[in-house]
Amino acid sequence: MKTTGKIIIFLCMAVFLYQTSDFPKWGDENSPASLHLSPYYILNTIKDTHVPNIVTSILADYRGFDTMFETTVVFSAGLACFFLLRRKSPKKKFKYYRHTPTGITLKIENNKKLSDEKSKVFREIDSLWTPLDPIIKTTCRFIIPFIQIFAFYVLAHGHYSPGGGFQGGVIFAATIILFAVSRNLTAAIKWISEKIASLLSAVGVLIYVGTAALCIIAGRLFLDYSALAPIFGTDEIMARSDGIFAVEIGVAIAVATVMTWIYYNLSSSGQHDEGL
Amino acid sequence: MNIWNFILSHFNYWAYIILMFIGLYGMIIKNNLIKKIIGMSIFQSAIILFYISTAVKLKGGIPILKTGGHGSFGHNPINIAEYMNPIPHVLMLTAIVVSVATLGVALALAIKIYRNYETLEEDEIREKISTEYFSEN
Repeated sequence: MKTTGKIIIFLCMAVFLYQTSDFPKWGDENSPASLHLSPYYILNTIKDTHVPNIVTSILADYRGFDTMFETTVVFSAGLACFFLLRRKSPKKKFKYYRHTPTGITLKIENNKKLSDEKSKVFREIDSLWTPLDPIIKTTCRFIIPFIQIFAFYVLAHGHYSPGGGFQGGVIFAATIILFAVSRNLTAAIKWISEKIASLLSAVGVLIYVGTAALCIIAGRLFLDYSALAPIFGTDEIMARSDGIFAVEIGVAIAVATVMTWIYYNLSSSGQHDEGL
Repeated sequence: MNIWNFILSHFNYWAYIILMFIGLYGMIIKNNLIKKIIGMSIFQSAIILFYISTAVKLKGGIPILKTGGHGSFGHNPINIAEYMNPIPHVLMLTAIVVSVATLGVALALAIKIYRNYETLEEDEIREKISTEYFSEN
């Protein structure tokens, strides 16, 4: 069985490698892929949408349907992870608390509580391996706000530089995951709870579809943002640019929250108590 | 020097094809489900690299129009050869995010399988399924 598979793979690879002689040269500006559709986009993106970043204008305007359903795919992937994995965590027998400056750890039965003065200095920790890591914690606390600002910059400046909804959303999700890795999963869930994550991921998709549906209400086709000119108070071409931005915000919200939601479910295998 | 030219202008495709078949090898020959998922991920990266490389133009920069400040473009004629083909970039931009999401679903399925059968080796899972089936009937 294994040898058959290897033979098939090597035969296919030989055929594929032989076929590359028909492929266009690397960097050929007259290759078939860049002859038919892309010149139109490059020449007309300013005329149609006022967006110099051609990738953004194609992503959210010319190919708006594609991106809408990609966002839906991301959302349903989050839902699938939730339905596959989520379960109630079994009651833990013991809880562990640590005094951060000295590293003393207390092991306490679940039904008992720490006294008030102790609960001020002792922090709850995971029951698995949790080293004392003040450097990582402090660095992450310092660096996370800057990464988030950068995420918003990438999102908002997507019209004029590389960036947009997907990238900004993923960078924002990375900060939440970084927070969860540097502290623990419970701290991250306290910050952005599962309820908020799941609701916002639906809201992100809703913003996208709602912007598109608003165009129908305003009397044009689905996803034709020029219908929104009276709402944004601009001319029709600038309204397309604003519509692209509204859609990108929806994409960013959906992607960021779905990524955190998937991370919560995967890292604790659906129990949301302890994890990486 | 014809062959040398051919190699220089095509070796990128060979790299993607080798990468792609490394992924395919992992997917169909490896026994462990996590290794299969890693193979799928390598396969996806190979496809993404291939698409991006079709967008390259030798004299082309990134697909963002050069502007002389707000709104002052449009008088200079746009030279198509100066900008890369933007369509593969758009397609792969969404494909990367979707591939991460589907990778999450694949890992979730692996976790679920591990919960039920307590193994990730494919032959052991198959054995357990068949013994379950025969003990019921």
